[in-house]
Amino acid sequence: MAEPMHEVALTVNGVPRGAAVPARRLLSDFLRHDLGLTGTHVGCEHGVCGACTVLLDGEPVRSCLLFAVTVDGAEVTTVEGCRSADGGLGPVQQAFQDCHGLQCGFCTPGFITTVTAYLRENPDPDQEQARDAIGGNLCRCTGYQNIVASVLRAAQLQRGGAG
Amino acid sequence: MTTKLFGEPIPRREDPRLVAGAGRYLDDIDEPGQLAAAFVRSPHAHASIVDIDVTGALEVDGLVAVYTYEDLAGPLAQPLPLLIPHPSLRAARTPYPLAKDRVRHVGEAVAMVVATDRYLAEDAAQRIRVTYQPLPPVVGLDAASKAGHLVHEDVPDNVSAHLVQEVGDAAAAIAAAPHRLHLELHIERSASMPMEGRGVHARWDETDRSLRVYSSTQTSTSLRFALAAKLDLPVDRVEVVTPDVGGGFGVKIVHPWPEEVLVPWAAIRLRRPVKWAEDRREHFISSAHERGQQHSVDVGFDDDGRLLGLSVKFLHDNGAYTPYGIIVPQVTSTQLPGPYRLGAYRVEFHSLYTNTVQVTPYRGAGRPHGVFVMERTMDAIAAALGLDRTVVRERNFIQPEQMPYDQGLIFQDGRPLVYDSGDYPAALRLAKKLVGWDEFTAVREQARAQGRRVGIGIACYVEGTGVGPYEGAYVRVETTGKVVVATGLTTQGQGHETVFAQIAADQLGVPVENVNVVTGDTRRFAFAVGTFASRAAVMSGNAVAAAAGKVRAKALRIAGEALEVDPADLSIVDGVVSVKGTPQAAIPLASVAVLANPLRYAFDEQAKQATQFAVGGGIHRPPVAEDDEPGLAATGYYSPVRSTFANGVHAAVVETDPETAEIRILRYCVVHDCGRLINPRIVQGQVHGGVAQGVGGALYERIVYDEHGQLLNASYMDFLIPYASEVPAIEIDHLQTPSPLNPLGIKGAGEAGVIPGAAVLAAAIEDAEGIPVHRMPICPSELWELRNADHR
Repeated sequence: MAEPMHEVALTVNGVPRGAAVPARRLLSDFLRHDLGLTGTHVGCEHGVCGACTVLLDGEPVRSCLLFAVTVDGAEVTTVEGCRSADGGLGPVQQAFQDCHGLQCGFCTPGFITTVTAYLRENPDPDQEQARDAIGGNLCRCTGYQNIVASVLRAAQLQRGGAG
Repeated sequence: MTTKLFGEPIPRREDPRLVAGAGRYLDDIDEPGQLAAAFVRSPHAHASIVDIDVTGALEVDGLVAVYTYEDLAGPLAQPLPLLIPHPSLRAARTPYPLAKDRVRHVGEAVAMVVATDRYLAEDAAQRIRVTYQPLPPVVGLDAASKAGHLVHEDVPDNVSAHLVQEVGDAAAAIAAAPHRLHLELHIERSASMPMEGRGVHARWDETDRSLRVYSSTQTSTSLRFALAAKLDLPVDRVEVVTPDVGGGFGVKIVHPWPEEVLVPWAAIRLRRPVKWAEDRREHFISSAHERGQQHSVDVGFDDDGRLLGLSVKFLHDNGAYTPYGIIVPQVTSTQLPGPYRLGAYRVEFHSLYTNTVQVTPYRGAGRPHGVFVMERTMDAIAAALGLDRTVVRERNFIQPEQMPYDQGLIFQDGRPLVYDSGDYPAALRLAKKLVGWDEFTAVREQARAQGRRVGIGIACYVEGTGVGPYEGAYVRVETTGKVVVATGLTTQGQGHETVFAQIAADQLGVPVENVNVVTGDTRRFAFAVGTFASRAAVMSGNAVAAAAGKVRAKALRIAGEALEVDPADLSIVDGVVSVKGTPQAAIPLASVAVLANPLRYAFDEQAKQATQFAVGGGIHRPPVAEDDEPGLAATGYYSPVRSTFANGVHAAVVETDPETAEIRILRYCVVHDCGRLINPRIVQGQVHGGVAQGVGGALYERIVYDEHGQLLNASYMDFLIPYASEVPAIEIDHLQTPSPLNPLGIKGAGEAGVIPGAAVLAAAIEDAEGIPVHRMPICPSELWELRNADHR
């Protein structure tokens, strides 16, 4: 009753990666347990909380709602790939620390990937837009106040303002 | 001291790891040869187990083992511990790790499957056929108190506990009062819902005969002792490590969970690492819930609104088991008086079994219910007398000069409920100013004239924090000058790596970057209680200060000997001990650490300084004095005589839609007093998060069971945790009334934000609508029903 295995090859955070997995292997489990990229977290396994959000060819997706085999050949960015080019914290990551935008940190990777994609399209959001940008991710710790501030701060850092 | 760190809003030291995806949570632990566990859980709320047929599971490739109750022996075959025994618990019942003969709630574990990965373990679990004989379920407090059916056949009235506390003669005081009111006030069931569920990983070392367990827990030390007892192992062969924990909010203080004993047990039997990470549905149906209580209130008061007597009887739904005793209703009953002088007070509760998930503390732990009861009562008194709601509160406040104030009750720690400090009138004044209370009548009328309904509410609370018995800490200065701090309690996002480092750095005069804090690891600190009841900063904070203070004294003594000066003339700045006023006479703390450990062997360059032929000194005294120990290190404990009491006032403005009954929060204001703030940024974050949970509990979140005991909303699709769109901007003002009970003057802050949520939003909705709101949470359809009932 052994399951048939499928080779999945994709680019993760700019690096070619691959593994042989069963067809039902979720992308979230593939990233975490086959590739060892445990920064992507799984909070609800049904697409509501957003903790498992990764960027698939640049667009935010819920990795708990996708099978790994369906993204063969794609480019995936996880929170580990949101670092800056020099290996330090990326602007969104830095903003979350600057603004105390996290507490337990479990939902944070999903916010960071979501905000990274959002700011690419919307580099200068106002307060309400920043709130909307994170409207699909659940956080149980922060009450979102400082996450909204983190979005605004990240935009500022990306624009090159140290402010 | 170097720059003063206590009170500074420094960025968190744990963040660079967590924002980069480099945190290490329970399910991140993978190692070669590791197995995965899955559980077969009861689909029935109440049933006898007739048969368990595992043959179907045997066909699953990758299956390693299946266990049922029949496989358990010794202490493991006994019910799990009753963690907090209390004399009033007349019929405590706890579950077996795997159900024995009977299941008492949907989700109760019946069998454990171990396989080579989680997918296969679930495949096998699905193929196990359990034959049940369904029994009539008991769901809800009405059914439980009628006791037409029983949850435990040997508990004839479904009552687990009954407790009465009385100060004065409340019945007589109410009977004699010029005014009396009766209120029925209900709060529905909710749950902690951390973003990370429970999880446990165990590794048995057969050569060493030792067990390492990782658990997403709020207490590693107590779990360690519990595991040693359950698995019949010497305590020293068991270590429990808490990795990064994705939120707790109370639910993870319960221990040992069935899974927490079974996974290590299987790892020992199978001699392979075993992991179980809870999924979201499992968390809904098999961890713990809270909040469900029905309160019946009688109050007597005078013409000015002063309380003369208060009598509260309430029913608490404890679910199917009582591992955590009566803590939730006990806290409700004792924190209900809040900042008020009650006159006579009588409180009585019955804790009742139902065929639902067990009930244990969720952030606030009984306080949100108590505050809801007290504050709704205050508003009702104001309405009855036509007085401003804040005036009634002011007239009943305990005054600052009456501190310490003894409420005459016994608190959850078994000690007298004595408020240590607080300025309740000042907090109310600040809150009124912040929200614009005195101007609101005009705002309300103006809105009305435009066809809009807006209302304002206010709610006060007092929160017992920092309960004992104790916490401890170990502080060591390394020969590199780095400082290691270890404390036994655990962390679930509160920023302990930062605040404890601030405290240690201040005491030792070192940069905060040089301090490394470890929590919740029994290898590093063995004696601790745990993280709950807003106690970590108070308890471990003061323990860290005590230990670091001892290390400082020792450093000054050794440096004094080295520099041949009086230790009183020394100071430590930026990790260097120097003579005050003569900074060139100095010795780095790192060198003091070397000297603190007399050596025979020069294992590195620095160590040479401390070897026997390098160190001078008297040959007639031992290298380590009788009252001393080697190393620049110390252990300190903090054990308070009783809890310290924080307080606060929340005020909210809401708008309700006249047609759709949609409820929108326009303003949410918080005045918060938790004594001295170690890190204002972290305290503010705690308040924010608490308020969001309060808003959730008031308007969105509820656990819904049907009459068969099926949980109808066991997913995030249906249990509505607020998103950013549901949480309003939160405005905060702080008071800092130091606690006289501990050297740092601090009080707990973790739970405060959630406590008055239901009370303040009910008050604001009532004010907007002009209809009494006596049951929370409230959703638009319920408000619409209330309007209709009011018109009938």
